[in-house]
Amino acid sequence: MRQSIRANRGDRLYDAVNYTILTLLLLAVAYPLYFVIIASFSDPKLVASGKVLFWPRSLDIKGYIEVLNYAPIWTGYRNTLIYTTLFTALSVMTSLLAGYALSRKPFPGKTLVTAFLLFTMFFNGGLIPTYLLMKEIGLYGNPLVIVLLGAVNVTNIIISRTFIKSTIPDELFEAASMDGCSHFSFFFRIALPVSKALIAVLVLFAAVSQWNSWFNAMIYLRDQQLMPLQMVLRDLIVSQSAMSMASDSADMGGDAAAQIYLVEAMRYAVIIVSTLPIMCVYPFVQKYFVKGVMIGSVKG
Amino acid sequence: MKLAGTAREREALKPLRLRMWDNRQLYLFLLPAIALVIAFNYLPMYGIMIAFKDFKPHLGIIDSPWVGLKHFDRFFSMPMFEVVLKNTLLISFYVLIAGFPLPVLLALALNSTTNQRMKKLVQTVTYAPHFISIVVVVGMVNIFFSPSMGIVRNLLDMLGVHEGNLGVLMNASSFPHLYVWSGVWQGLGWSSIIYLGALSAVDQSMHEAAIIDGASKFQRVMRIDLPSILPTIVILLILESGTIMNVGFEKAFLMQNSFNISTSEIINTYVYKIGIKEGQYSLSAAIGLFNSGINFIMILVVNQISKRLGQESLW
Repeated sequence: MRQSIRANRGDRLYDAVNYTILTLLLLAVAYPLYFVIIASFSDPKLVASGKVLFWPRSLDIKGYIEVLNYAPIWTGYRNTLIYTTLFTALSVMTSLLAGYALSRKPFPGKTLVTAFLLFTMFFNGGLIPTYLLMKEIGLYGNPLVIVLLGAVNVTNIIISRTFIKSTIPDELFEAASMDGCSHFSFFFRIALPVSKALIAVLVLFAAVSQWNSWFNAMIYLRDQQLMPLQMVLRDLIVSQSAMSMASDSADMGGDAAAQIYLVEAMRYAVIIVSTLPIMCVYPFVQKYFVKGVMIGSVKG
Repeated sequence: MKLAGTAREREALKPLRLRMWDNRQLYLFLLPAIALVIAFNYLPMYGIMIAFKDFKPHLGIIDSPWVGLKHFDRFFSMPMFEVVLKNTLLISFYVLIAGFPLPVLLALALNSTTNQRMKKLVQTVTYAPHFISIVVVVGMVNIFFSPSMGIVRNLLDMLGVHEGNLGVLMNASSFPHLYVWSGVWQGLGWSSIIYLGALSAVDQSMHEAAIIDGASKFQRVMRIDLPSILPTIVILLILESGTIMNVGFEKAFLMQNSFNISTSEIINTYVYKIGIKEGQYSLSAAIGLFNSGINFIMILVVNQISKRLGQESLW
């Protein structure tokens, strides 16, 4: 209210500039996403000739039909769901348990364990030694490697520690332990129920990272039946581009052209199909982001 | 306070074994994390020694002969050494310079808008690309910049700026731009979160006092908001520069094609190529160690600098 009284020409100009900046940034980020959506529902021939810019034209879902009839997508989806569920459960559980332990008052070895964990944030064996180790211990080619590698994320442990430390003071546990409460029951009955925001952020981060990952699968898996969704995607939208780059500069005959248009339509559709689950979930967790990022950024 | 002190003193007088026994459940809590970290972070470090050996798969890591710094010497004398080092540093600096102003601008703009619905909309939309996979982002770049039917070519054609096929994807010199700006697009919103958090901690009474003194909105942003988040900006820049040798493997690898290899080959992709693909394990382990060694030193140095500046240190 005070602002409306005080708003002078300079402030109105500022607001106008501010809105312009926000609108420009909004459009710059949103348009590529929006374009993929409208292109996926349009006739690929019109998309390719630049006739689809602001809204879908001559509704066409051939791309989607083709994608949904493409068996590797389903295998990939299934594998990714399994990997993501197991990985998220393991990662969140270990982070919460370790974070809880490190949030408690000093105990013998606490500093040592913290240093032991932190060190891995700054130094690692590197690709080749890890690869050789996986071969040696028989995890090469084994889907377990996807679930286990990277499941312990030290940043997440630190986030958990800082969060639990700030929400559940030591005194609360001391009071409870007077009444005979162990760390186990305290953790499950008190710490977990009050850490909903923390759990939401940890689950989202872990699930997204696994859903989007393909590198470990490329390095450690050989069996096509075990490949996650992102590997199937890579074959469809990244690897083929070199091929079509060569072919789409060439003259197009009737059949070849139709084939190329179908591939294009498939690419737009497959992006939507693979990204939709995350895009549906993330807005619900959005309100916790600021807290999650801020906690992660300080040592605590 | 006094009571807590004495309790702590009493606690410290107990024998170590007893204190450990008292905390046995906490050790159990730490066990899964420690076990996984040993297995997947520390055991591979033991394999680093093959960088100083001639690793033969049939001999194993232990029995392969030591060769000292042979592989490092070889790497430094390779023509590829300069290429990959230059590419890695160039992309890193470019990311650092191009990556930080826009999130700051976005955070300042979001923070000073009074329209909550606009704020929410911009946040939801700009955070979204952070959750899109790298595979999809690279796929989108390839589709949009496709030589004859990409939307970029079509738009340029419509505006009359460019005719015919677009050669961006086949052009080695455009690789850094594509790499960096697609990254800015993807990370803009997410990177702004930390500044928004810092801005929410700004004391509102400063704004109230400034309003009474007749400061305009623009003056308040420049004299109150920006200086308040300056320490955050500085510390993030410093921390970022600690990862200068660590260009993400995945995106560079996915964006590589036979046309842009002269600018897109970075240390990490090179390690993959000669290690996993060509099986020169020792040489690629040496290159990897060179890279992570420099990273480690950089982080130590950077942490020292930020400590000197009186900022929060990492440990």
